[in-house]
Amino acid sequence: MDEITRRGSIGLAAGIAAASTLTGTQARAAIPTADVKPPSQPIESGATLRVLRPVKYIDPDGALFDANTKKFSAAMGVPVRVDYVGFEDLRPQTAVAARTGAGPDIVLGWSDDPHLYTDSILDMTELAEYLGKKYGGWQTLAALYGKKFKTDQWIAIPFGGSAGPAVYRKSWIKEAGFDTIPADLGKFLDLCRNLKKIGHPPGFALGNAVGDANSYCGWLLWAHNGYMVDEAGKIAINRKETIEALKYAKELYQTFIPGVLSWQDPSNNKAFIAEEISLTQNGCSIYFAIKNNPKMAAVAEDVDHAPMPRGQASSRPETASVINAMVFKHTKFPNAAKEYIRFMMEADQYDPWLTATTGYWAHSLKAYGESAVWKSDPKLIPYRDACAMEFYSGYKGPINAASGAVLADYVNVQMFAAVSSGQATPEEAAAEAERRAKRIYKQ
Amino acid sequence: MSTVDSKTVDALNWVAPKRDPGALGRLMDNKMFLVCVCLFPALGLLIVFLTYPLGLGIYLAFTDTQIGHAGEWVGLENFESLFQDRIFLNAVWWTVAYTFFATILKFGLGLWLALLLNHHVPFKSLIRAIILLPYIVPTVLSAIAFWWIYDPQFSIISYVLVDKLHWMEHYIDFLGTPWNARWSLIAANVWRGIPFVAITLLAGLQTISPSLYEAAMLDGASPWQRFRFVTRPLLMPILAIVMTFSVLFTFTDFQLVYAITRGGPINATHLMATLAFQRGIPGSHLGEGAAIAVAMIPFLILATVFSYFALGRRKWQQGSDND
Repeated sequence: MDEITRRGSIGLAAGIAAASTLTGTQARAAIPTADVKPPSQPIESGATLRVLRPVKYIDPDGALFDANTKKFSAAMGVPVRVDYVGFEDLRPQTAVAARTGAGPDIVLGWSDDPHLYTDSILDMTELAEYLGKKYGGWQTLAALYGKKFKTDQWIAIPFGGSAGPAVYRKSWIKEAGFDTIPADLGKFLDLCRNLKKIGHPPGFALGNAVGDANSYCGWLLWAHNGYMVDEAGKIAINRKETIEALKYAKELYQTFIPGVLSWQDPSNNKAFIAEEISLTQNGCSIYFAIKNNPKMAAVAEDVDHAPMPRGQASSRPETASVINAMVFKHTKFPNAAKEYIRFMMEADQYDPWLTATTGYWAHSLKAYGESAVWKSDPKLIPYRDACAMEFYSGYKGPINAASGAVLADYVNVQMFAAVSSGQATPEEAAAEAERRAKRIYKQ
Repeated sequence: MSTVDSKTVDALNWVAPKRDPGALGRLMDNKMFLVCVCLFPALGLLIVFLTYPLGLGIYLAFTDTQIGHAGEWVGLENFESLFQDRIFLNAVWWTVAYTFFATILKFGLGLWLALLLNHHVPFKSLIRAIILLPYIVPTVLSAIAFWWIYDPQFSIISYVLVDKLHWMEHYIDFLGTPWNARWSLIAANVWRGIPFVAITLLAGLQTISPSLYEAAMLDGASPWQRFRFVTRPLLMPILAIVMTFSVLFTFTDFQLVYAITRGGPINATHLMATLAFQRGIPGSHLGEGAAIAVAMIPFLILATVFSYFALGRRKWQQGSDND
């Protein structure tokens, strides 16, 4: 017993030292917390854990995640192995774990992944309620993905989200006659036309790009008050709002740089960094690639971010990719697993991690809005509210395998791409999307 | 009368004492048993790594299994729904077309290259090594290279044609329109597949005895006639085998298309393999994905049978002369 404590405290000190060196000079802000008693989760003796998560966006993401994990192992005497897997390998590996009942105890999956495994993962309600109470509540999108749809039962603990707002060049926007990205759709179209006129066209992905094309086409649909399915889960894509969105998209497409129909996720990064485009929709990777390149200091100064135009939507018509921690029922150490998640979400660990990821991940618990990271660079503000968005893939219907399949089959993206490229009229494209969605939803 | 004494008689009649073989020994002497034991490792590997996954895949195709939910047997439902799905039908059509055009080009160019290399050229072994390069590079790497070559903004081809030579006004949109994307993918596949064809056909060419060509030349055969009547028939058997393999590889291609277009623009280049993956894993409908994969099997069997019987049915393969 003595020995464990001693070893534990040495490790703890080392972990803290590692964490503080990694966060560097960035000051820790005080995270407001409520005094709440953590749920009783006595760790099983001899517990060990395996965690699967997506690869790090940037080095400090992984480094701090590892440092926090080490800190947990040292404090609780539970060895933990964290495996990082490629974004697209995560889902097959999770599927294998769920099917075989072996492998990782905890998986940090993508947004709707836990909703596919509701039968094979543990209930997280107690832990989620504790964290919510302590840290000022869960943000909207986090709660949407964390809970079983339209219930108060939590099936996963959302760690954070990554948004895709507008990324633009200030000087060119100004040259095109605007100070910022207008909230009005008509004015946004004017801006894009002007940008094209001055030789700095915008470019939004319309290829089969999981991230960028889905955020662009999701915005188009939602900003026009369109949606794929209604609250009852009935397909509602073939409506006049969608037709309006498609007509608008076609106009907008005329202003783009050529070739966006084949753009994949890295394409707009490449084009923006090469200064070929003035405006796109992306995560903060473009900004950091430019900022970290000493030769591009002037460009970094000129880059800024803004929410996409609101249009007719009641709130920001965007969504975010959320990472969501689920614990499989097959784990031998459910308490250790939950305790690990709790530990990682507590301010002593979470805030240094959030700060080190410099905006790639945005917090899921409201209290972390006070984190120093959001005060470090005002350009990151549009990324801050990733988990506060109200739109999600499959909006307004339930989050399930069918909504995931519609996303994976690029039904919405291809509807917009077909009209933009002139391969289909808006009416044809909407009817085709309806047919495809109905097939997937079996309606 | 025999002068042989009794000791000699003993020696002559001596036989090695028979030791009764143990149970294991007798078992090992049993031919059937030995055959089974020796086959077991190979059969075991085949069953575990080939038969089981294939069987499971076929089984899944008849269920509505999703990721996270065990499915139920639904019979032909997946196939019925697929045959009404335009995207699937388009993928079938395009997979066949892709295989057809890529194979023709690969064989035309590969055979030509093999014939050239069969002559005495300087630095022959070096050239042969270089020719193998596209085949050695991992597919994903070559796919990424082509992805850059076909990039709408950064294509080297567009750069040379537009910015250097000023032959064109605009950059080529390699992957943005259906037919551009299709031909671009075929070109990438052909580039990758030529070495395999060229090197195996070259091996085939080298087994043809030079004396046959000498005899033909003495008879006054033109180069075309030598090719038509000596090279072609003798190369046919190996051509059939290479063709079978090449068709199988092309038909089941996944990496090139997935890395370069993901099936885009708007599903114009989805192969059955990429569509099966997209529906099965990211789309989480394992049953439907498996059904698409199973739908490839008849085509593959057909291609194999065609290559073997249409191209490879030469009498000498069965031990007699050619007519």
